[in-house]
Amino acid sequence: MISVAGSGGARETTVASVARRDAWLRRLPLLPAFVYVVLVTQIPFALTIYYSFFSWNLLKPGSFRFSGLDNYTMLLTDETIRTAVLNTVVLTLSVIAISVVLGLAIASLLNSEVFGRGLMRTLMIAPFLIMPTAGALIWKDTLLNPIFGLLPNLLTPFGLGRVDWVSKYPMATVVTVEVWRWTPFMMLIILAGLQSQNPEILEAARVDGANAIQSFRRITLPLVRPFIELGALLGSLFVVQTFDSIYMLTYGGPGQDTTNLPFLLYLVAFQGFSIGQASAIGVVAVILTTVVATFALRTMFSIFQVEARR
Amino acid sequence: MRANTMVGGRIQVSKVVWTLVGWLVVFIFFFPVLWMWLEGFKTEPQAASSPPTIFFVPTLMQFQEVLSGDFPPFFINSAVASIASTFLVLVLGLPAAYALAIRPVKRTRDVLFFFISTRFLPFAASLVPLYLLARDLHLLDNILALVLIYTTINLPLGVWLLRSFLLEIPNDLFEAARVDGAGFRTEILRIVVPLIAPGIAATSLICLIFSWNEFFYAVNFTSSVAATAPIFLVGFISGRGLFYAKLAAAATLASLPVLLAGWIAQKQLIRGLTMGAVK
Repeated sequence: MISVAGSGGARETTVASVARRDAWLRRLPLLPAFVYVVLVTQIPFALTIYYSFFSWNLLKPGSFRFSGLDNYTMLLTDETIRTAVLNTVVLTLSVIAISVVLGLAIASLLNSEVFGRGLMRTLMIAPFLIMPTAGALIWKDTLLNPIFGLLPNLLTPFGLGRVDWVSKYPMATVVTVEVWRWTPFMMLIILAGLQSQNPEILEAARVDGANAIQSFRRITLPLVRPFIELGALLGSLFVVQTFDSIYMLTYGGPGQDTTNLPFLLYLVAFQGFSIGQASAIGVVAVILTTVVATFALRTMFSIFQVEARR
Repeated sequence: MRANTMVGGRIQVSKVVWTLVGWLVVFIFFFPVLWMWLEGFKTEPQAASSPPTIFFVPTLMQFQEVLSGDFPPFFINSAVASIASTFLVLVLGLPAAYALAIRPVKRTRDVLFFFISTRFLPFAASLVPLYLLARDLHLLDNILALVLIYTTINLPLGVWLLRSFLLEIPNDLFEAARVDGAGFRTEILRIVVPLIAPGIAATSLICLIFSWNEFFYAVNFTSSVAATAPIFLVGFISGRGLFYAKLAAAATLASLPVLLAGWIAQKQLIRGLTMGAVK
């Protein structure tokens, strides 16, 4: 009896160990990437949380001391940070809203029977590909400069000449440059949605007497809605991080007018070297981003499922 | 429906109108790029004239000056950081994508979520510790620091994208190979790599685009030795007076690789930007 049970047990363990070996063999290829990502993102983030409870200025040796929730109370009470959060929200929402609307309009144009669609598409994506620092400088110095820029010169006959757009309307300038950059992104995603639509359905709707607006609202829009959502969410995750164009166009100014969270982080961490405060900003930024990212991921998976069902 | 005979003509007219509207919009969006190119071919007085010079004899002077000046090291740093990090993404990402697509591990979905969540972690999350670490390891102003950071930025995207290409390989191919006794390495090198070569190319191009254009880490982790192309452009913000033509030439050169890569990979661009969600 004992020997039988023993051999049965041995067989079970071999089966189990083979299964375990197989599971590890499956995991093995995943491990290098996984370990790397944990090392470079998760451990530093844990340290960020840790530092956020300390007062520490890199320029003052020996200033490292536990300060509890001081950095966070400062975040809640400090005007600077509230302004930065507000600027981040204004910038992100306006850039995403405007570029989604423009992107939808342009995608619809490129999806209709116009001449030279391929070339139009090619040219349209250029603003997205241009190095953001380069794009921002071109806008600032050669297009918007009040004396030598093209735009003030073109607008002079209309009584709008010699306006210093960058310093007079700093946020609007940053939004314009970012909309210029993100509209092509939205257009690409929405265009992919429009092209996945079966033209026969639109044709059928037309035969049934639906006009262009009706069939757009009732057929096209529901179909491209997930694509618009995906574009808006992915886009906002990128636009929330806007740094390049602010650095180049306004350097966060005048005053604090265009300082968003990433730029404030830059100022606190690399101009002020306040490690504790910068870390607290980091923790808050992560919480805010996680909220948006959760929605983005959900949308992405629902599109995956739609694609899989096809 | 009112007049069937009119339909043909109306479509023609609307086609012409929409074509004109479309080209106008495209022109507006493309114009800053075009203007950048034009300014780069001007002399400095032409670029800094008021009103702006529209007609001029193009000169290569600015490009020659930029290329013979201090620009090339920045450009080379950008190339090293982008190519090395892209290579690392492929080396780490391809096996991982394999483990998530061909022989999926348990909780594949969670792993995928984990990877992509790190892509959208704001740089604020890990900036300070990474900076301190780089400082202590003497990696500040060292291109290696940028290579490692760009690998981190692009790896989640690489894994997702490569996985989406791997999912398209019919499973029978792997079964057949396994029946023939092919090991994991043979499977990757003989089946996976050749079949998803276009996918690998697309993934590389997307990674190159993101790392080439990256500015935040470049400006904070480098100063002179390891500074990349976008940092060269910072020098034009102030202090150099009216060097608009030179600025435009430098901006053109700095943007050229990504512009070309993006145009070549146009069909794959959308897939890359959405991590494979939209094809």
